[in-house]
Amino acid sequence: DDKLLSEPLSHPDFFNVKELFSLKDLFDARVHLGHKKGCRHRFMEPYIFGCRLDQDIIDLDQTMQHLQLALNFTAHIAYRKGIILFISRRRQFCHLVESTARECGEYAHTRYWQGGLLTNAHIQFGSGVRLPDLIIFLSSLNNVFEPHVAIRDAAKMNIPTVGVVDTNCNPCLITYPVPGNDDSPTAMELYCKLFRMAIIRAKDKRRQSEVFDELR
Amino acid sequence: TLRLIYTTTAVQRKNVGASGPEKYTEAFIKKQIEEFNLGKRHLANMMGEDPETFTQEDIDRAIAYLFPSGLFDKQARPMMKHPSEIFPEQRKIQWGEDGRPFHFLFYTGKQSYYSLMHETYEKLLSVQKYQDQLTAQDLPPQKEKRNLAGSRWLTKIELEEMLLEKLSDNDYLRFIQLLQKLMTLPRGDMEEKYIQKFTKEVPAQLQKVVIEPLKYDERGVAFSTGEGIRKTAKATATVYDNGTGKITVNGIDILHYFPVLQDREQLLFPFQFLDRVGKHDMICTVSGGGRSAQAGAIRLASAKALRSFVTEKEVEFMRQAGLLTTDPRVKERKKPGQEGARRKFTWKKR
Repeated sequence: DDKLLSEPLSHPDFFNVKELFSLKDLFDARVHLGHKKGCRHRFMEPYIFGCRLDQDIIDLDQTMQHLQLALNFTAHIAYRKGIILFISRRRQFCHLVESTARECGEYAHTRYWQGGLLTNAHIQFGSGVRLPDLIIFLSSLNNVFEPHVAIRDAAKMNIPTVGVVDTNCNPCLITYPVPGNDDSPTAMELYCKLFRMAIIRAKDKRRQSEVFDELR
Repeated sequence: TLRLIYTTTAVQRKNVGASGPEKYTEAFIKKQIEEFNLGKRHLANMMGEDPETFTQEDIDRAIAYLFPSGLFDKQARPMMKHPSEIFPEQRKIQWGEDGRPFHFLFYTGKQSYYSLMHETYEKLLSVQKYQDQLTAQDLPPQKEKRNLAGSRWLTKIELEEMLLEKLSDNDYLRFIQLLQKLMTLPRGDMEEKYIQKFTKEVPAQLQKVVIEPLKYDERGVAFSTGEGIRKTAKATATVYDNGTGKITVNGIDILHYFPVLQDREQLLFPFQFLDRVGKHDMICTVSGGGRSAQAGAIRLASAKALRSFVTEKEVEFMRQAGLLTTDPRVKERKKPGQEGARRKFTWKKR
């Protein structure tokens, strides 16, 4: 049982997430497009490649690295049977995110966030709740263009976060930020596809290793 | 899990009332059902009937016979019903042994409501896709029948019972708006079944008062009857056609029965309203009440009888004039601590 858990940690890319996406895929899905110069957040400046006609362009090399780290981390969490929560407060993609979560067998929250969901969980849900082990933000702002309350709450409850940060978002409290576009439908579909494939791969690998252990 | 480092005595004291209403475990409810079934068989044996075919109505009758109670509130009397009707349905624990919740929207808080919205939105998308396919193939849009007045949406309370969750008014409104949007699109048969889950049949339309047709007696004269009530006086009137305007009450002519002009005016008012003063004969019987009450009762009875002789428009005029409404005013009871119904005892300052 210890071998099952410690073996993936020895490899840098045990689940081979690098082959899931390429630079061209990111470019075709318009992930590099940011908001206008006036919307730029100060802490996003390191991730921005440049500015063209007032529109910020995100550096896709850095995005590649960050995305690979994030997918690797999600895969490890899924391998160790952790609970993953997808959050996105964009109304256009609410249905897409919920269906992705359902297909993975994980959880989603694309609705109004009630104040004490994470911090007051024992009273809101019941006494034996298990909180999510990873929170994935597919859009880190809420409908009023402010940082989502769940970022701060996850930091308070020691829950690691993975988030797609656009040029107007604050990447500070997110453990694995992924600079990229969160407004185009193609970009969102790409992210959903990537996370779904990573999680399913990790779960299949876990099932296979358990079967091998039982045979031995 | 969080480790509790420092607490005050207030936190350590268990607050018994704050845990909410009692939660019934599944084992408890199972035991209650077994006890109910055993008790049903015992009751059947006691009453001398067959335990196999002992229905709920028989149980109710047996309990009412064995434990007669004079309490007014039916819910306060002894009752023996199936535990599923007595104990309200409650949510069982939402997560399994390893801690993972069963439903994928568990972390939203209102999982059944949001999953319902999700499903309805999926149906909407599928219908839109179907419509797009049709327009792509250039087929004409389908026209479908919709039952307009036969059904209504579920109320908020009914929806709460269905979902076993509390809803807010905005949530309910949003859901109804989604359903209405789904209704407006040309939808296939699958959506109808889904929407029918959230509609209820409106039972009966407004009871329209049925106007009886004219009856004919041996001489061939048309007549009709009516009944009227006013303040403990009950009257029945039969109005005959082709008459001279004679009115008989309890076998006595009105001039002798009602010496006061006011009462006779009351009797004539329906005929005067319809301009048929001298055209009808009337024979009526009246009992109870006083002078004025009897007059009012006969007036109502004759107006009801005249409905059969008259067009619908004139019936509507009569109704608006107040000729067809039973006067609900009755003598108010005397209350203790007062001299009459309203009159208080004389107030003495000292």
